[in-house]
Amino acid sequence: MSTHRTTVVIVGAGPAGLATSRCLARHGVDHVVLERGRLAQSWRSERWDSLRLLTPSWMNRLPGDNAPLDPDGYLTAGELVARLEQYPLQSDAPILEHTTVTSLRSTTAGFTIDTDRGRWSCRAAVIATGANSQPSLPGPAALLPARIDQLHSLHYRNPDRVGPGGVLVVGASSSGVQIADELHRAGRSVTIAVGDHVRLPRTYRGRDIYWWMHGIGLLDERYDSIPDLARARQLPSAQLIGTPEQRSLDLATLSASGVRITGRLVGATATSAQFSGSLANHVASADLKLSRLLDRIDRYVPEHSGLPLDPIDRPEPVRLPVAANEIPLDQFETVVWATGLRPADSWLDPQLLGRRGEIAHDGGITAVPGLYVIGRPVTRRRSSGLIVGIGSDAVELTEHLRRQLDRSSTAA
Amino acid sequence: MNTTESQTTLRDDVDNGVDVAALLAAREALTAAPEAARFQWRARTEWANGTHSRTTVEDFTGLGTGHVHRQAFQFDADHPEVFASHDNGATPVELVLAGLGACLTAGVAAVATNRGVQLRSVTAYVEGDMDIQGILGIDRDVRNGFSDIRVRYEIDADAPRADIEAIVAQSQKRSAVYDAITNPTNITVEVA
Repeated sequence: MSTHRTTVVIVGAGPAGLATSRCLARHGVDHVVLERGRLAQSWRSERWDSLRLLTPSWMNRLPGDNAPLDPDGYLTAGELVARLEQYPLQSDAPILEHTTVTSLRSTTAGFTIDTDRGRWSCRAAVIATGANSQPSLPGPAALLPARIDQLHSLHYRNPDRVGPGGVLVVGASSSGVQIADELHRAGRSVTIAVGDHVRLPRTYRGRDIYWWMHGIGLLDERYDSIPDLARARQLPSAQLIGTPEQRSLDLATLSASGVRITGRLVGATATSAQFSGSLANHVASADLKLSRLLDRIDRYVPEHSGLPLDPIDRPEPVRLPVAANEIPLDQFETVVWATGLRPADSWLDPQLLGRRGEIAHDGGITAVPGLYVIGRPVTRRRSSGLIVGIGSDAVELTEHLRRQLDRSSTAA
Repeated sequence: MNTTESQTTLRDDVDNGVDVAALLAAREALTAAPEAARFQWRARTEWANGTHSRTTVEDFTGLGTGHVHRQAFQFDADHPEVFASHDNGATPVELVLAGLGACLTAGVAAVATNRGVQLRSVTAYVEGDMDIQGILGIDRDVRNGFSDIRVRYEIDADAPRADIEAIVAQSQKRSAVYDAITNPTNITVEVA
């Protein structure tokens, strides 16, 4: 088999891979981007129809992206794909689509990467496959009767493809609350099972919540300054939706609209689904966390504008009706698992993997010289999983990579 | 049982009687040796008479070996006179509420210490509602156990209210008895 050679191989042509490619191109570093499907594949095939980004567009420029955008709008998945399609054209990026990487091995000179279209040899490699490759399903999934249709949020598209009967949405992350809301508006009887979650208002004091989180420095908080990094990397996505009217979406609005709220799905008997009695604690914890954020924002306002703080209505604490611990399974025709996604790292050498079967790294830098990972939650900063953070991480990691290339070429 | 989370602001002037440093060290050691983290708790219940029983707790297993409490602890349990019995001890369900109060309160002390908060007094008022049509078999739709449990904390401490609420919230997150009651647990009962 003949071997292609380049200096850097980037695996994955999503936002992270494309940003990395642009940063390397700026410095004339020879590289290729290997993509199993089409550019931004997961944004084409693994998002539901009505999905919009959670973040306002002013946050969503990749490094050097000059295309016009509406700064305060929320891009649809299709609009994001269109932006990502034109972005590499600006730099004539070398993207090889429909090329699946099957293995990566460390060699004396760098790496050997096998794909279904041949072998690559390179001096450095960047894993940009993202963190949302495969669904996470909790234990109770296996206990449900066969007559219940089960789908993970990764495969949800629209209400027309979900049966007319009752729906149980498991998980109150951004996917969970959005899917529950959409199905309810389409006329389904919806129950949502809620565990750990993150509550945020869409706007506060007249600004998008991300405007504040950027202003107080939260988005750029460094990974090595976060006390419980493992926890930060596993935080569920916030209960937000991107709509032109900038409405908030939380358990209170869902409940008021008629969605039934229960605790976490923790088991199933032959006839019933079992829900944890811990809902009140999760709700209280989310409200306490939100209060701490809003306190921090309120301290920022007078410090940075010199203006006094106007009294403002904080979002009310969430108050919910008493939740059922057991619901007969015959009330549900469909279960939507909004229970999270994981990276798919099993194709990598097991020595590269850490505790949870995911690639081990320190701020995106692995223990193997020349091997990097980008686009994972809190890789280098709180916003590493968002496009804005991906751009900053790409700049920093490619700088580290170039220094590493210089070192290894002078040593050779 | 309750352990600390990893966000630590230990202060020399805070002493709630919890050796947080030891707990943090244990957490680190057990991260590297998960088999040692497998504990088994045990109790032996002897029937006395009627609905009166006496339970003895004296030994447990963990960290790869057996351990014995400093003394054997004993708990009488019984039903009250309104249940046509003799009130020789708290009811079993009250012992469950005691376990919950004790577990959450131990957690409050540990988390407060971990966060540099000095506690002066902590009282948990625990209430469990129960419709006894369940246990009397009168109504199939009524469960045997509690329909609702409420815990009200009165805490005097050196911290703003929001911080105290956060300590109480965190205590629930890591409480064994809270989990045992709010989530299902397999119980197998056999006859020797």
